[in-house]
Amino acid sequence: MRLTPKSATLLILVALIALAPVFFPSGFYYRVGALVFVNALAVTGIVILTGWAGQISLGHAGFAGIGAYACALAPVHWGIHPALSVLLGAAASAVLAWLVGRPILRLKGYYLAVASLGMGILISMVLNNERALTRGPDGIGVPELGLRAVLKDAGLGLSNGQFWYFLCGIALVVGAWAALNLRDSATGRALRALHGSEVAARTVGMDVARLKLQAFVISAVYASVSGSLLALQNRFITPDVAGFLHSVEMVTMAVLGGVGSVAGGIFGAAVLTLLPQVLTVLAEYEQLVLGAVMVLVMIFLREGIVPSMLRKGRRREE
Amino acid sequence: MRNLLTTAATAALVALAVPALAEIRIGASLSATGPAAFLGDPELRTLEMLVADLNAKGGIDGEKIKLVAYDDGGDPNKARTFATRLIEDDEVVAIIGGTTTGTTMSILAVAEEAKIPFISLAGAIDIIDPVKPFTFKTPHTDRMACQKIFEDMRKRGIGRIGMISGTDGFGASMQAQCKKVAPDYGIEIVADETYDPRDADMTAQLTKIKGTAGVQAVLNPGFGQGPAIVTRNYWQLAIDLPFYQSHGVASDGFIQLAGIEAVEGVRLPGTALLVADLLAADDPQKPLVDAYKAMFESKTGTPVSTFGGYAHDAFLIMTDAITRAGSAEPAAIRDAIEATAGLAGTTGVYTFSPEDHLGLDLSAFRMLEIRGGTWTLVE
Repeated sequence: MRLTPKSATLLILVALIALAPVFFPSGFYYRVGALVFVNALAVTGIVILTGWAGQISLGHAGFAGIGAYACALAPVHWGIHPALSVLLGAAASAVLAWLVGRPILRLKGYYLAVASLGMGILISMVLNNERALTRGPDGIGVPELGLRAVLKDAGLGLSNGQFWYFLCGIALVVGAWAALNLRDSATGRALRALHGSEVAARTVGMDVARLKLQAFVISAVYASVSGSLLALQNRFITPDVAGFLHSVEMVTMAVLGGVGSVAGGIFGAAVLTLLPQVLTVLAEYEQLVLGAVMVLVMIFLREGIVPSMLRKGRRREE
Repeated sequence: MRNLLTTAATAALVALAVPALAEIRIGASLSATGPAAFLGDPELRTLEMLVADLNAKGGIDGEKIKLVAYDDGGDPNKARTFATRLIEDDEVVAIIGGTTTGTTMSILAVAEEAKIPFISLAGAIDIIDPVKPFTFKTPHTDRMACQKIFEDMRKRGIGRIGMISGTDGFGASMQAQCKKVAPDYGIEIVADETYDPRDADMTAQLTKIKGTAGVQAVLNPGFGQGPAIVTRNYWQLAIDLPFYQSHGVASDGFIQLAGIEAVEGVRLPGTALLVADLLAADDPQKPLVDAYKAMFESKTGTPVSTFGGYAHDAFLIMTDAITRAGSAEPAAIRDAIEATAGLAGTTGVYTFSPEDHLGLDLSAFRMLEIRGGTWTLVE
C-alpha cells in the first residue's frame, strides 16, 4: 500500500511529536516544542491564505491578539470558561476577518496586505491604549485552563511543560489534518486554481471573491486559536502578541519553510523558533546569523526549504 | 592521528571523571536589545562585571559564581522561555532580571512555580503587591516616584498640575499611580495628556496644557526618548512653569538627548548614584556608590545609569543572602533574602520582610534638579 502525501505528512508529524520527548535532556525542551507547535498552527493558516489562495496578510498577529485577549478577558468579565473563550476568540476573529475581507477581497491585487496591515496595527493600538479593559502595555494575567488538574485526577500526572507540549501538539495535528483535507476538497482545488490564474478561475465560473474570503476567515481562526493557546500556556499576555513584528514573523516562517505546503510551514515555524534558542551562544551576532540563514534559503531554496528539498529528492530518484 | 584521538578520548574521560568545581549558577534574562535596551544593556554589563570581579576575589566561600545570561529583547514570551531554560536546563539557583514589567511578570510565573528566588529590575508595583513568596525587586515603585514628586510640589506650594504621559508600559503605569495618590497630597490634576513613545513631536499636547487655566507645574511620566522630546518642546514653547520628570530618565543620556539648555531647572526623583560626588561623607550609600561608579565607568567607558544600579543592587542582595545562608539551595537563599536588613545599595538601603519584598522607602529617592547640564541635590 502506498501512502498518500496527506497521510504521510500526518504520520510523520504524529511520530515526531510523540517520539521527540524521548530525546529531551530536560523539561525546557517541552516548552520550546510547545512554542513550535503554537507558531506552526498560525503558520498553517498562512499557508492556506498565502500558499493556496495567493493572498498576503500583514496583520495576522491581530487575530492572535484577539484569541489571546479573549482568554484573558472573557473568563474575568463574563465568567466564561477559558476553554470556551478560545472558541469565542476564534468566532470574533472570524467575524472581523469577514468584515475586513468582504469589501477588500472583491478587488484584485495586493489590497488585502495593506488593509490587514492597518487592521493589525489598530488591534495592537486598542490593546495598548484601552487600559481600563486590557491593563495596557504591561500586560494582563490569564486564568488557568484547568485541564491539567482534571487529567491528574484521572491518573495522568503531567508536568506543566509536558501538558502544553502534548496539548499544542494535538492542536497542531488537528489543524494540519483539517488544512490537508481542505487542500484535497473542491474548495482547496478552487483556491489553488485561482492562485494560478484569477482570470481563468473567474472564466470557468468560480466565485473568486467568496473563495478568497473563505481562505482569509479560515486562516484568521488558525491565528486566533494559536494566540489563545499561547496566552493559556504563558498565563500572562501583553499586546506584543498582536504586534506588527509577530505578523511578519508568521509570514517569514511560512515563506522560509515553503508557503505552498503544510509540512513546509510547520518546518519553517520549527526552524525560526529553534534557531534563536540555538544561537544564544553567539550573543549579539544572533540576529546577523538569523538574517544570513534566511537570505541563503531564499536564494538557493526559492520555494522554501521543504518543497525545494522534495523536488531535489524526486529529481534524484528519476 | 591515532595519538591525537587517544589524547582527545583521555581528555574527555578525565573531564567526565573529575566532578566540576562547585559553582553557584545564577541566571539572568534581560532586555539587552530591543526597545528597552537602554535599561537592559547597562544591567547586563553590570552583572557580567560584578561576577568577574567577585570570582577574581575568590567567589563566595571559595565557590565561584557562574552567570547564565540571556537577552529576551523585551519580549515577554521570550522571557518566559528563557526563564524555563534557566531553571530546567541550566539549573540555576536564582534568577535576576526582567528588565521591563512585562518580561518580569512572565519570569515571575515560572520562578514561583519552580520555587526559585527571583529579583526583578522592573518598576511596577504589581510585581511585589500582593507579595509573592519568591519574588523581590530592587527599583522603587512608580507610586513612590509620584509620592516623592508630589511631596516636593507641596513644599513649593504647587496644588494644580498638568500631566503628559507616555502610553508605553512605564508611562501608563506611572500615570495611573500618580492619579491614585495625588489626592493624598492635595494635588489636583487639571490636564491629563498622553503621547505615543514613538511620536516625534508633543507640541500639541503641551500647548493644550499650557492653555489650561490654573496649571502650576507639569509632570511627565515616561522613559526612553519620549521625555527628551517633551522636554525639548517644553523649552521651545517657553512654558514658564516648574517641570518634573520621572526616575525613568535618570541618566546622563537624557541630558544629552534633550539638550543642556532645555533641561535647565528640570526636577526628578533619582538615586544616590547620579549625585555620587555630592553625597555626604558619612552617607551609608557613599562607599558602595563610589566603588560601583568607578568600576563601571573604567570597565565600560560609559557613565553609570540608575538602571545598571538596579542590577548592582540585585546582585548585592543575592550574594549577601547566599553568604548568610551558607548554602546555595533556592529555599535557603529565599529565606536569607527576606531577612536582609539595612543593606546599603546604590538605589537605597534595603530592609526586606515577609510583608515587604521591595525593602525601600521614600528616603531612598533624592530630589534632583538639573543645573548647567549636571545633577544637583534639592534640599
